[in-house]
Amino acid sequence: MSASTFQPIEARPAPVKTDGLVAWIRINLFADWKTTLGTLLIGAALLAILPRFLNWALFHAVWVPHFEACHAEGAGACWGVIAEKFRIIIFGRFPFEEQWRPLLATLLLCSLLIVSCMRMAWKPVLGLAWILVLGSFFLLMGGGVAGLSKVETDRWGGLPLTLLLSSLSMAMAFPLALLIALGRRSKLPAIKTFCTIYVELIRGVPLISVLFMASFMFPLLMPQGFNIDVLVRVLAGITLFAAAYMAEVIRGGLQAVPKGQIEAAATLGLSYWQTQRKIVLPQALSMVVPGIMNNFISTFKDTSLVTIVSLYELTGSMSLALNSDADWRPYKIEGYLFIALIYFGFCFSMSRYSLWIEKQVNKSKLR
Amino acid sequence: MSEPIITFNKVNKWYGNNFHVLRDIDLTVTKGERIVVCGPSGSGKSTMIRCINRLEEHQQGNLIVDGVELTDDVKAIDDVRKKVGMVFQQFNLFPHLTVLENLTLSPMWVGKMPKKEAEEKAMVQLERVRIANQANKYPLQLSGGQQQRVAIARALCLKPKIMLFDEPTSALDPEMIKEVLDVMIEMAGQGITMICVTHEMGFAKAVADRVIFMDQGQIVEQNTPHEFFNNPQNERSRDFLSKILGH
Repeated sequence: MSASTFQPIEARPAPVKTDGLVAWIRINLFADWKTTLGTLLIGAALLAILPRFLNWALFHAVWVPHFEACHAEGAGACWGVIAEKFRIIIFGRFPFEEQWRPLLATLLLCSLLIVSCMRMAWKPVLGLAWILVLGSFFLLMGGGVAGLSKVETDRWGGLPLTLLLSSLSMAMAFPLALLIALGRRSKLPAIKTFCTIYVELIRGVPLISVLFMASFMFPLLMPQGFNIDVLVRVLAGITLFAAAYMAEVIRGGLQAVPKGQIEAAATLGLSYWQTQRKIVLPQALSMVVPGIMNNFISTFKDTSLVTIVSLYELTGSMSLALNSDADWRPYKIEGYLFIALIYFGFCFSMSRYSLWIEKQVNKSKLR
Repeated sequence: MSEPIITFNKVNKWYGNNFHVLRDIDLTVTKGERIVVCGPSGSGKSTMIRCINRLEEHQQGNLIVDGVELTDDVKAIDDVRKKVGMVFQQFNLFPHLTVLENLTLSPMWVGKMPKKEAEEKAMVQLERVRIANQANKYPLQLSGGQQQRVAIARALCLKPKIMLFDEPTSALDPEMIKEVLDVMIEMAGQGITMICVTHEMGFAKAVADRVIFMDQGQIVEQNTPHEFFNNPQNERSRDFLSKILGH
């Protein structure tokens, strides 16, 4: 073969790049005319809004709690208000010099909640930890012993109160909801009727009216001199309210467990409670994890309603902090954004945790 | 061998007020007997055997299982269920537990057996149904035939005197039926009392002492497999046999 017969082929274009930033933008933002249009529209909207927002929130913002600077012409967000007021926002009306107590109590409660979420902590000793932590929480907040000055519950407030109300009411509502859900499927007419009436009654009224009843009506109906702390009454109200909703979510899960499972358990000689505990509930609950987490998150946010019965939890103490001071009253937006961030932090962690739980309980369904 | 272990005495059952599902069932099963129950669908076969461990309750007549009469008495029911194992058409394994946990659940919680002992005994049963290597898988990771064999092993863990099979092969692919039937045939050789609702006529011929044919809630005919298949007495059983053996 002679050299003259060699014919090089035409050079071909390089293949289209499929990785890197440019490729990502092309694939995700400008793939066809529809995505291109969407990208342009959203881009335009962002261009219109974002600079104004950033100017307000960052570039023209005042970061120091300086009253004149905030009032100056052209000033943006006044984040100084948070530096000025954060202790009242976080701890409410708790005596100022004693605020290390709610801080410590909150840290304790938060650590307990985080530990409770971990798989390796799911042992009987966790129950003991709950009792100990809640006990020290009440001691720290309430005082009256060991040299701590006494602080009445109506002066508790802010984040510790929000966390206490939500975690305790969820912890109590869950077992209650289990019993009510089982009760609604009971063969015994008395139990079934009672549970049905309970759910229908509670679901039929708004939480605000339950709180009003707990706070104002209940003492009227009690004999003279007999009094239960308002915090306990409100806690009971939220618990009963959350339990009714959660019971229905759980009942949905119970109904999804095939009848054959219960029959198989019966032929193996398991008692009613053994069947529920070992066979029915594990399957039912694993199906309703998203629904239960829904309840938890909404209960967490619903605690903000206790403001109307003069318990100043996070939202309440925020408006308390700013309303009481005419100078800072105009900067509520900054304050609300601040507590929104706190709420978001908690709610977002709960929803991520729920995904993890779903993965854990669905291991047996993987092939 | 003639000692009765299950006695139906004029047992009647209705679903609701007017659907008469069992009509005057009279049946005596002796210890160690192997019985196959067949008949068209809706004839009350499953309902009848489900009365034996009181998954269904009868409204009239007496039903005595191993000396215990079944009534509303919860203790009597518990007593009977300890002696009667059951295998279902849909397996009814507990999907959230591993195979081994399915087997040890009842011995540990009802029989109060220590975990280690329960697991050893469960492994023996799993060997018996030739599935010991799958002990730590979850039921849904197994084939239908394997699941049904696990279900049989689970029932055997209770050392039952009586085994009830409610169409154990009807939900299986044809090629898996054999592996389940083989296990059942092996069991039949070991002296346990078996009552099996099935349309597997080969199984009936191979192991049954007696075939019972039911139609419209009644026992229409009962005979040895040889007589029943070769010389059915009743017109309805002849008709039924011609349909299931006809192809």
